[in-house]
Amino acid sequence: MNIWTYILKRLLLMILVLFGVACIVFFIAHVIPADPISAMLGGNAPDEVIKRVEAQLGYDKPLIVQFYNFITGAVVGDFGLSLRTNNPVMQDINNYFPATLELTIFAILISTILGISLGVLSAVHRNKIIDHFSRVFSIVGVSMPVFWTGLLLLLLFYYRLGWLPAAGRLDFFTMPPDHITGMYLLDSLLTGNWEVFKDALRHILLPAFCLGFLATASIARTTRASMLDVLKQEYITTAKAKGLKKNIVINRHALRNSLIPTVTIIGLTFGSLLEGAVLTETVFSWPGLGRYITQGLLFLDYNSVMGGTLYIAFVYSLANLAVDILYAVLDPRMRT
Amino acid sequence: MSKTTTKTKTGWFQLMKPYFEDMKHTMYLWRRNKLAIVGSIIIAAFLFIAIFAPLLTPYQPDVQNLSNKLLPPSSEHPFGTDQFGRDIMCRILYGSRIAIQIVLIVTIISGFIGISVGVTAGYFGGIVDEILMRITDMFLAFPRLVLAMAFAAMLGPNLTNMIIAISLVNWTPYARISRAESLRVKGQPYIESIRSMGASNFRIMFSHVLPMTISPVLVQLTLRMGTIIITAAGLGFLGLGAQPPSPEWGVMVSDGRSYLIDQWWVSTFPGLAIAIVVLGFNLLGDGIRDMMDPRLRR
Amino acid sequence: MMNKRGNLLNVSDLHVVFYTYRGVIKALNGVELWMNKGERLGIVGETGCGKSVTSRAVMDLIEEPGKILSGSVVFEDRDILKLKEAEVRKIRGNEISMIFQEPKSSLNPVMNVGFQIAEVLGKVNNKSIKSQYKAAAEMLEFVGLDSERVMSMYPHELSGGMAQRVMIAMGLAPKPKLLIADEPTSALDVTIQAQILELLDDLVEKLGNAVMMITHDMGVVAEFCNKILVMYAGNSAEYASTEKLFKKPLHPYTTGLLKAVPQIGRTDELKAITGTVPDLVDPPSGCRFHKRCPQTMEICKKERPPFIEVEEDHYVACHLYSQKGGENK
Repeated sequence: MNIWTYILKRLLLMILVLFGVACIVFFIAHVIPADPISAMLGGNAPDEVIKRVEAQLGYDKPLIVQFYNFITGAVVGDFGLSLRTNNPVMQDINNYFPATLELTIFAILISTILGISLGVLSAVHRNKIIDHFSRVFSIVGVSMPVFWTGLLLLLLFYYRLGWLPAAGRLDFFTMPPDHITGMYLLDSLLTGNWEVFKDALRHILLPAFCLGFLATASIARTTRASMLDVLKQEYITTAKAKGLKKNIVINRHALRNSLIPTVTIIGLTFGSLLEGAVLTETVFSWPGLGRYITQGLLFLDYNSVMGGTLYIAFVYSLANLAVDILYAVLDPRMRT
Repeated sequence: MSKTTTKTKTGWFQLMKPYFEDMKHTMYLWRRNKLAIVGSIIIAAFLFIAIFAPLLTPYQPDVQNLSNKLLPPSSEHPFGTDQFGRDIMCRILYGSRIAIQIVLIVTIISGFIGISVGVTAGYFGGIVDEILMRITDMFLAFPRLVLAMAFAAMLGPNLTNMIIAISLVNWTPYARISRAESLRVKGQPYIESIRSMGASNFRIMFSHVLPMTISPVLVQLTLRMGTIIITAAGLGFLGLGAQPPSPEWGVMVSDGRSYLIDQWWVSTFPGLAIAIVVLGFNLLGDGIRDMMDPRLRR
Repeated sequence: MMNKRGNLLNVSDLHVVFYTYRGVIKALNGVELWMNKGERLGIVGETGCGKSVTSRAVMDLIEEPGKILSGSVVFEDRDILKLKEAEVRKIRGNEISMIFQEPKSSLNPVMNVGFQIAEVLGKVNNKSIKSQYKAAAEMLEFVGLDSERVMSMYPHELSGGMAQRVMIAMGLAPKPKLLIADEPTSALDVTIQAQILELLDDLVEKLGNAVMMITHDMGVVAEFCNKILVMYAGNSAEYASTEKLFKKPLHPYTTGLLKAVPQIGRTDELKAITGTVPDLVDPPSGCRFHKRCPQTMEICKKERPPFIEVEEDHYVACHLYSQKGGENK
């Protein structure tokens, strides 16, 4: 099948899935909590206050109507007001999302490059020192909880060595660059603001490395495994029988085939990166969407929770779609 | 009379037999795999600690002793004390009980949900499969932790609700794998021949399809145990799971955050405990997966 | 001791082992083999007798956990096993070419047909990419495929027969002196088998190269080859021209093989050889066939029979014909 038909099919599927996701989100916020409003207000609030807030948030209307409002609102991006920040949720999302995106992209870059290199080296030099090191690193890396890694990194690089800052995206007195994408690294590059770029880079290194740590380990493992698998295949013997040089066999024949499962893992790690972002942002006080949702949950700010969660699900689905498309491009067998 | 009883007895035994055969082969391979053994040792130690925790420490996990607060590691307190003067090692030991509960209950519940969904979808195919798979997709559209956070927060943050929340997000990989295996088994000729002999759908699913799916699902179950602990610790760290003064490891790490500069041990040791146990599960899972590799097995 | 019996290829005393968790598999136990230019040698034997291993060893493609312990593979005037890797690579895909049993899995799934053939040519000559693709297309026509359609197809889109034709095109593209075909028809339907054999016959006639055909199918070998080497459990058992082997087999194993093959016109019962293929981790002493041989003698258990010429251009490794065996009779 044509690759465009494939993309179209997947987009439609994604919309269907997102609708279901919206149902789940709604269910979580409206159906699960036994007494949502009083829980949010703290249990001791007087009845009139509860009723007022209920009317304000629309919780007094029948469930179906609330659902309808939610869906119609979601489609245009209106999730109502956040009770915590008093801003429209969408505005909050727009403020905080670029920070998360920047962190995640940076983490993916680091982990993909490091992970694939480590995995390939490991497979090609099987059972030698680099392989053992990489395997130990991988399995340990995958076992360490993100927040603990973050705290350890802070302990070492901030408290003991003082090389890198502990919190935020920029120093207190630094002004953010002109807003083009909201991602400070990119924006400062685009506007030629070198000082801000350096500062932003200093601030993003630790959280990005922390976030990417798990992903690097995961990608290295998968690349190694799939590379070993591919190297055993018959078409590799054919390539050798054709008398091709070793690095051509690896880079041209083996790598593309072994990247196929790796791409899936990268897609999966994107998901774990989003969840890791939640924890990393908390540890490093990074003002991103993850921290926003966490605080919304702790305060039971339903609108921001619903909006934020749905938005994250949307982004995550888009990322998965991109991975699937990349998959289809890499492997012609997938296009049927 | 006696004829009927023998029939039922043989019936049950025939039903379970495939599971036993598989188990024997598995045990043989397990013994020969180094990674799996290291992992098993760690897990065995973990189980031991959890069961015998009170016998391993002279202290109590929730008794405060403010004159002893924030002491560094010493022979009296191998892991130091926290801001309430509680011995950290003791709390870690008791925390292992919580961790085990979480892992076991979540695995059982989510395993049950996942396998049921997967085998049903794979076996019946068609519209049943489509619907179940779309539902699975919907759950997969969230990063796992975020969804668990949402469930936990809405149900009210405590240990029980955290277990429920994690179970609700953890079943999807089991569904996928058991579905894939069911599809594969469904196409085998022997299924057709059994059906032509009049076996009911349920019997086929339970007695023939399910045993074949157990091996890969078992690998997944073990592999995921590590993630379950990490997710639980994450929820604890954020304050959305078990609540203080519970000695849950994630909560302990979060507790120590304010003291990180000078009293690094309060956060470090609970985190280390998490890492080691998860490492054990990962090693075990990896070893099991290597053993299950069809090329090496059959 | 190196033999110089063939003017193209001489394999002498080849020993290959495989290190596995079960033990050391002594796969090749002193194989002797030779070929002349333009000859078609068929290597036959049961599964596990070492035919594929031999073919890989000729190209020095034995990899871990396998190892070539000793022996020589002299191609024209060079011992391949003693050459540096870079020099061996020059020979592979150029002077010696190989095609495999499962064509669909022996082709890289993410590259199209045209590229995989052009790649071989690109290694051989340094002409422009365009001319290589043109040559690749010509090669496809040569093997009877519609190059316009097939050039851009991917392996999973090809039928078994088509894929094998592509492999043949890839193998013959560099116009090698020797083409090694490892069970090229075993994975195909019977009708397609016949087509592919015919095609191979036709092309080899035109190009004049030698062919080493590895198979377990006596029918294929009778059709296609002019010389046959019978292998058993890692040893060369018998060598003769096709006609001579079928008419007057000397080795008891060959006799047994032929008795077990159904042929049109045969009215007697098919007879299987008793026993099973030996375990190569702990092989039988002396002649590895002695446990199953209907004519085994005392010396067969103790010493491995030498591979000697018994009649003109007819070699056997059996104590029935060896000096020592003669003495013991």
